[in-house]
Amino acid sequence: MTDRLSTKLAARLRKRHRGEKLFRLGGLGAILLAVSFLATLLVSIGVSGYTAFQQTTILLQINLPVDPVNAGYPGLVKKSLREAFPSVSSRRNKKELYRLVSSGAAWEIRNYLTDHPDQAGKTVTVTVTASDDVDMLINGKVSRLDPPQVRRLSDQQVAWIDQIRASGNLKIGFNTNFFFNGDSREPELAGIAAAMAGSFFSLIICLGLAFPLGIMAAIYLEEFASKTRLTSLIEVNINNLAAVPSIVFGLLGLAIFLNFFELPRSAPLVGGMVLALMTLPTIIITGRASLKAVPPSIREAALAIGASKVQSVFHHVLPLALPGVLTGTIIGMARAVGETAPLLMIGMVAFIVDVPKSILEPATALPVQVFLWADAPERAFEERTAATIIVLLVFLMAMNLIAVILRRKFEVRW
Amino acid sequence: MVAALFTGSLVAILVTVGIVLSLVFETFRFLQIVPLTEFLFNPQWSPQTAIRTDQVGASGVFGAIPLITGTLLISAIALAVAAPIGLFSAIYLAEYANSKTRAVVKPTLELLAGIPTVVYGFFAVLIIAPLLRDGGAWAGLSVSSESALAAGLVMGIMTIPFVSSTADDALIAVPLSLKEGALALGSTRSEAIRQIIIPAALPGITGGLLLAASRAIGETMIVVMAAGLAANLTLNPLEAVTTVTVQIVTLLTGDQEFDSAKTLAAFALGLLLFIVTLILNVIAQHIVKKYREQYD
Amino acid sequence: MDCMTMTPTKPLSELPLAALQFAQQKPFVLQSTEREADMTTDSVSSRSPAPVEVTSVGRIRMQTSDLNVHYGDTQALHDISLEIPENQVTALIGPSGCGKSTYLRCLNRMNDVIDSCRVEGSVKLDDADIYGPEVDVVELRARIGMVFQKPNPFPKSIYDNVAYGPRIHGLADSREELDSIVMESLEQARLFDEVKDRLQAPGTSLSGGQQQRLCIARAIAVKPEIILMDEPCSALDPIATSGIEALIDDLKDAYTIVMVTHSMQQAARVSQRTAYFHMGQLVETGSTDKVFSDPRDPRTRDYISGRIG
Repeated sequence: MTDRLSTKLAARLRKRHRGEKLFRLGGLGAILLAVSFLATLLVSIGVSGYTAFQQTTILLQINLPVDPVNAGYPGLVKKSLREAFPSVSSRRNKKELYRLVSSGAAWEIRNYLTDHPDQAGKTVTVTVTASDDVDMLINGKVSRLDPPQVRRLSDQQVAWIDQIRASGNLKIGFNTNFFFNGDSREPELAGIAAAMAGSFFSLIICLGLAFPLGIMAAIYLEEFASKTRLTSLIEVNINNLAAVPSIVFGLLGLAIFLNFFELPRSAPLVGGMVLALMTLPTIIITGRASLKAVPPSIREAALAIGASKVQSVFHHVLPLALPGVLTGTIIGMARAVGETAPLLMIGMVAFIVDVPKSILEPATALPVQVFLWADAPERAFEERTAATIIVLLVFLMAMNLIAVILRRKFEVRW
Repeated sequence: MVAALFTGSLVAILVTVGIVLSLVFETFRFLQIVPLTEFLFNPQWSPQTAIRTDQVGASGVFGAIPLITGTLLISAIALAVAAPIGLFSAIYLAEYANSKTRAVVKPTLELLAGIPTVVYGFFAVLIIAPLLRDGGAWAGLSVSSESALAAGLVMGIMTIPFVSSTADDALIAVPLSLKEGALALGSTRSEAIRQIIIPAALPGITGGLLLAASRAIGETMIVVMAAGLAANLTLNPLEAVTTVTVQIVTLLTGDQEFDSAKTLAAFALGLLLFIVTLILNVIAQHIVKKYREQYD
Repeated sequence: MDCMTMTPTKPLSELPLAALQFAQQKPFVLQSTEREADMTTDSVSSRSPAPVEVTSVGRIRMQTSDLNVHYGDTQALHDISLEIPENQVTALIGPSGCGKSTYLRCLNRMNDVIDSCRVEGSVKLDDADIYGPEVDVVELRARIGMVFQKPNPFPKSIYDNVAYGPRIHGLADSREELDSIVMESLEQARLFDEVKDRLQAPGTSLSGGQQQRLCIARAIAVKPEIILMDEPCSALDPIATSGIEALIDDLKDAYTIVMVTHSMQQAARVSQRTAYFHMGQLVETGSTDKVFSDPRDPRTRDYISGRIG
C-alpha cells in the first residue's frame, strides 16, 4: 500500500471507530431502555400494589346481642366506638369517629355471632376492618404530614388512630377481604374472588372448546389435508385470524352469540367462547409446528407394520407431538387470561358482588376488574388495582413456567 | 374420523365467515341510517343521540375522520418509540451480543409482549400520564391528562418485541457470507450492519414494522384507559384524541338498545378496523414470506 | 527425518525392496519424481537430509510461529509455523477439516468474528504482530483482502460492489477517481469487458464465475498487499475455474496470494509454494514442485496419491 493511501485511511479511521462505538452504544442503550421500561412497569405496580395484601383492622369491645335477628349491628359498632372514646360528644365528631371503621364492620359482627352462637349476650373483642382512609395512613399510602383533604383524615381522626394504636387495638394482617370478597363500593371490602371465579369459568370453557378443536384442525391440516384450494384457504385464514384485533372477536361474540343465539349477557360461557375463537389460531399454528417436527420416519415405521393412517397419527405421531401442542395451548391460554377488550363487548364488565357459581351467572374477569378499579375515584382502589395486576401476573408467570418446564422435560430433539 | 378432524379446521373458516358476516350485516344496517359519505368524510364525530327525537342533532353525527386521525396519531407515536428501540435492540442482539446475553435478553424483551394490555393501560394512567403532565407543566406546556402522547408511548413499549423479534429473525437470516465479505474488506461492524446487513434484511424488518403497526391500530385497552373520549381532530400529541377502538368500546358498553345508529356505528368501525388490519397483515406476511424464500 | 529414506529420490535400483514395492503402488509419485529429477538442476542437493529450499523463496511478507487455535474446547490448529513469501501463490492443501481454512482466517483475523475462537502464537505481517494490541483490524483487513469459497456479491449493483471498499476507506477523493478505481479493478479481475455495459445491474445477476471475479475485483479495489482466497473455485464449473486460475496467476505479480484449495491439481497448476495440513497440523511445506514430487512425509504422500482426503 502506498503511503498516500495509508495516510488517507488513517485519517478516516478514528472517525469510523467513533461511529462504530456510537452505533454499538445505541444498540446497548436500546436494550437497556426496553429492559428499564419493563423494570419500571413491574416495580411501579409492585410498589403500588403490595400494600393491598395486608389490611388494617381494629379490635372493638362489642356487647353481642342475645337475639341475632333484630339486633342493630351498626348501632353496636357505634356504641363500642363511643365507649372507647367517651370524651367525644359533638355530633360532628361522633360522625368522624364512626368513619374510622368500615361500613362492613356491622356485617362482620353479625358473621362473628353466626360463627360463635354461644357468645350471644356476652361482651367480646371482635376484629373489624378499618376504613380505607385509616388503612392508607397505616400502610403509608398517605402521610400524616399531608394536608387533611389529601389524606382524607382530620387531625382529630389521626390522633384517635394513634390512640387506638397505642392501646394495641390496631392490627395489620393478611387482607382476606381482597381474596375472598366480590366487588364492593368500599375499597376495604372489595375483593377479587368474583373476578377470579369469572376468569376460571371462562378459561375452562375456552380450554374445553379451543383445545380439542385446535388439535383436530392441526392434525387434519398437517397429516391428512391434501393441497387443495380449500386447505390453502384455511391456512391463509388461520394466519390472518391470529392477527385480527381482539376487539373484533368481541364484536363477533356480541352479534352472533348474544344477539343471534340470545345467550345470556355477561356470562362466562360467552366469554369463554369468544376467548376460544381467539385462542384457536394460536393452538392450530403451534400444534402444526410440533406435528411437523415429528420426523416422517415415525409415520413410515408405523405404516410399515400395518397401522392405518389414522392409527399411525393417533398412536405414534400425536403422543410425540403432545408436549409441543400443550405448550402452545398454555401460551394461548395465558393470552386469553389477560384479554380484556372482547369481554367488554359481551358485557362481562359489571359490578359483581356475589361470586358466580356457574358459567351462566353474570361475572367479570381479573383483567376486567383491573379496568373497572383503575377508573374508580377512591384512591384506595389504586393499590387494589395494582394488587389485582400482581395476582394476574403471578398466574401468567405460573402458566408460562409450566409451559417452559413442559418443553424442557419432554422436548425431543430429532 | 378424518371428517371429524376436518370439522375442526372448518371452525377456523366459520369464525372468519362469522366475523365478516356480523360486521358487514350490521354495517349495512348502519349505512341505511347514516350515509357512507358522512361516515368516511365528515370531520365531526358526536354520536350522542338526543333524548327527544325532535331535538336538534337528534341523530348524532358519525364522521369517522377524527377517530381515524386519532388512531393514526397514537399508532405513529407508538411506532416512533418501538421502531428505533426494537430495531437497535435486535441489531445488538443479532450482531453484538454473545450467546449468553442473547439467551437472557431476548426472552426478557418478549415479556413485554406477554403482559396484558390492561396492565399497560393502568401503567399509563398511574405513571406515564402524571409524569408527562408534570414534565409539561415544568416546560410550560399544557399536557392533557389523557394525551395521545401518554397512550402512544406506552403502546410503543408494548410493541417493542413485535419489532425486535421479527427484525432479529430477519437479521439472523442474512447469510453470514455477506457479513464476512464486508468485514474482510475492512468494514467496521457497524458499517457492515448499516450498509450490507440491514439493506439485505430490509423486507423482513419492514414486515415486522407492518405487523407492529397493525397491532397498534387494533390495540384497545391502552387507549381506552389512557387516551380520551373527545373526538378532537388534531395532530397535537399533547391533546386528548380518541380512536376507533375506544369508540367501539364506548358505544357498546352499558345498556343500549341494539338498533340505534350508535350501536350500529360500532360495527361499522369494527369493519373498518378489520379491513385495515387485514390488509396490513396480508402485506406483511407476503413480504416476510418472499424474503424467507430469497435466502432459503 | 528417518522417513526420508522412504522417499524414492534415488534410482529405483538402489531402493530397498520394501520401498520399491511401496513406490510401485503409487505410480503418481513415481512419475513426478522422475520428472523433477529430470528437470531440477539442484536435484543432487535435494537429496540432503533436510531439504529446505532457499532458492525460490522471496521476501517473507507474513510469518506465523507456533500458532494454536481453539474453538471452545477443541483445538483446531497445533503449533503452525509458516512463512508466506511475497508475490507468490502459496497453496494450503489438506483433507477437509484439517484446519487450512482456519489458518487462512487467522491471517486477516476473520476468526475474531467467532465468539468461541481463541488464537495463540504470533502472526506477523512484515515483522509486526497482527494480533498486537495496537493493531487496528479494520486497517489490517484493508491491507489483507479476502475472497471466499462461495461468491458473495453484496445485494448491490456491480459498480457499488467494487466501489464499496474504496468508499468506506475513503480512498477516492472524487467521483472520477472512484470511477477509475472501479474500472481498473474490474479490468484487473478480467471482468470489465463482460460488464462494462451494465455496471448498474445487480451483482447477483452475474454467473458464478463472474460473481467470483467480481468479488476479486471488490477485494483488489481496496489495493491490498495480500489476498487470501478460501477455495475460490470450489463452487464453480471447470471453465469458470480455469478463468479464475489464470487470473490468480496474473495477480501474483502485483499481490501476495494465499489460497486454500481442496484440489491438488489446482495447487499444482497455480501455486509456487504448498503447505500440507493434516488434522490441525502443518505436515509439510515447500515449493509446490517439491511437495508434489518429493513429499517428505508419508501423510503428504498418501494425500497426494489420493489414499486419503
